[in-house]
Amino acid sequence: MATLIKGRRIATESPPSPEQGEVLRLEPTDDPASVADRLGRAARVEVNFPKFGDGRGFSIARLLRERYGYKGELRAVGQVGRDHLFYLESCGFDAFLLRDGEDPEEALAAFNDFSESYQASVKQPIPLFRRRAK
Amino acid sequence: MYLYDEIDSRIVDDRVKQFRDQTRRFLAGKLSEDDFRALRLRNGLYIQRYAPMLRIAIPYGLLSTRQLRKLADISRKYDRAYGHFSTRQNLQLNWPRLEQVPDILAELASVQMHAIQTSGNCIRNITTDHFAGVAQDEVVDSFVWCEIIRQWSTFNPEFSYLPRKFKIAVNGSVSDRAAVAVHDIGLHAVKNHLNEVGFKVLVGGGLGRTPMIGHVMREFLPWQHLLTYLDAILRVYNRYGRRDNLNKARIKILVKERGPDKFREEIEAEWAHLKDGPATLIPEEIERVQARFTRPAYENLGPEPIPENSPAFAAWVKRNVHAHKVPGYAAVTLSLKKTGVPPGDVTADQMDAIAGLADRYSFGELRVSHEQNLILADVRARDLPALWREARALGLATPNVGLLTNIICCPGGDFCALANAKSIPVAQAIQERFDDLDYLHEIGELDLNISGCMNACGHHHVGHIGILGVDKNGEEWYQVEIGGNQAPGALGKVIGPSFARADVPDVIERLIDTYLVHRDSEAERFVDVAQRIGIEPFKERVYGNAHQRAPDRNREPALA
Repeated sequence: MATLIKGRRIATESPPSPEQGEVLRLEPTDDPASVADRLGRAARVEVNFPKFGDGRGFSIARLLRERYGYKGELRAVGQVGRDHLFYLESCGFDAFLLRDGEDPEEALAAFNDFSESYQASVKQPIPLFRRRAK
Repeated sequence: MYLYDEIDSRIVDDRVKQFRDQTRRFLAGKLSEDDFRALRLRNGLYIQRYAPMLRIAIPYGLLSTRQLRKLADISRKYDRAYGHFSTRQNLQLNWPRLEQVPDILAELASVQMHAIQTSGNCIRNITTDHFAGVAQDEVVDSFVWCEIIRQWSTFNPEFSYLPRKFKIAVNGSVSDRAAVAVHDIGLHAVKNHLNEVGFKVLVGGGLGRTPMIGHVMREFLPWQHLLTYLDAILRVYNRYGRRDNLNKARIKILVKERGPDKFREEIEAEWAHLKDGPATLIPEEIERVQARFTRPAYENLGPEPIPENSPAFAAWVKRNVHAHKVPGYAAVTLSLKKTGVPPGDVTADQMDAIAGLADRYSFGELRVSHEQNLILADVRARDLPALWREARALGLATPNVGLLTNIICCPGGDFCALANAKSIPVAQAIQERFDDLDYLHEIGELDLNISGCMNACGHHHVGHIGILGVDKNGEEWYQVEIGGNQAPGALGKVIGPSFARADVPDVIERLIDTYLVHRDSEAERFVDVAQRIGIEPFKERVYGNAHQRAPDRNREPALA
């Protein structure tokens, strides 16, 4: 059974009610600009990762957060494995629907895979070199 | 050397822990073969023809003697006491055991080394000129910029699952010794009329099965914008690079399909959003990185003539000793191209001995060149005779740098699972045929590059003579091209149908004969002649006789 992780915890949920807004789903080929004007009313945005090695969703997430100012739940779905979680979170995802067969407890540990990152990201907008300079 | 600070060390330690856990999960059956492949490759671990192969990163080719001794130790403890320096300035171990790789990585981390992103569909080791920091025509010290790009590319969360591998080269001098035109991104440092540093940015070059010369995206990108501009290029590539066909997934195909002008517009449009953002570089960071590099404590020697000695010494000086920006010093190439030894291979004992030489003669550091040799970059001119004697005793003083026998060669079918044909025996047969040094010097500068398959790890497209192993119904054949050049980048042209392995040395000899007949002076190199007169005269000489002698064997159509 696929596990949902939200806020770094294993979560359960029921489908959003209509007043919570719609669920938008983006495929790797979709342009986030196409949903920009609906983001404010969305219950959540899902970005699909159809294959383990398909990294387009990482760029899509950063664009949603950084260019289009999306603040709501951003959920990675599809072939989402434990070893993606650290990068996904850095790029702005805060919810993760793990693919079948992933061990949920082991997956939670993945958020601590690295204690520091060099780059600017959604999670840490100030790159390490600027923090080192302080 | 760039010396890690506490954070750099911690990130590498985190990686060791992460990979140990990934290996554990794989061995416990919790990770599928396919998923583990994607993870282990980005740690340089291949499953090869006979055993795993571990590619250890040597960032921009720079090594300390402490690190080299560690590599020697590791090769003794976990492998068969030798290693292979690759054309991307890395070191490959051909016989490690999968279960022991996490331990090897932990040992590497103890000397600030790793195997991060040495393979896989991510940003690979940044390569540069092996004379960085000592070249007389230096614009900037490219090591500093390579390290800044290394940090930006290391575990970059957005660009860790690209359509395909991604190679960046930085050249910091006027002459291009980093082959910037044949990389996914090539950065050539330049100064503008105000003497400010920037980079000429080329995108979409590459070798492999579809060799291409990169297109200039910007003539001058001010240094502050380097990382945001790279972000823009990588983002466009990550989103739109082809993922439906492995053979069309490199950025060069995207640039070709879009057209360079359209591609440039897309990058610029993306960059407009990123420019001047937090990833814009600041002078403090450049200074910080510069300050973390160890610097040789040069003596104030003034110009010193290289001591005269025997003709053998003079030949070595002519080929293997290179000018240095500091008076009284020289850079020295230790040749790993001795006849009978696979190009780029070094034994553990040689590694230790080389570390000794570097300690005594070159401030404890050395470089790996993309031509698969080792460079001692800071040798006092007066020490050259002593160094030469020691290097010669170790079999590392073959005076063939820039000559025909300084062959660039991939591991080929002897090791590599991808290869169509063996490459090392071809290199050896050619080296044996051309073992007369006087003749080699008479032929003059000639790059001969051999790849065992169209992935082109041996850079055959940019060899003055390039040899490509092809498979025909399970048999090994060799296609020959001429006229390629590393810098300025030019791609070779295939002279005709491929050859059996045994015929390759004859073919090379005929190419050389043709060259010697047609050159207008000793100054005109093989590649100059090939580019001036075209392939026809070479073709006639090579195939004219073969046509009558071996009507069938030599006239098989080429595959690639």
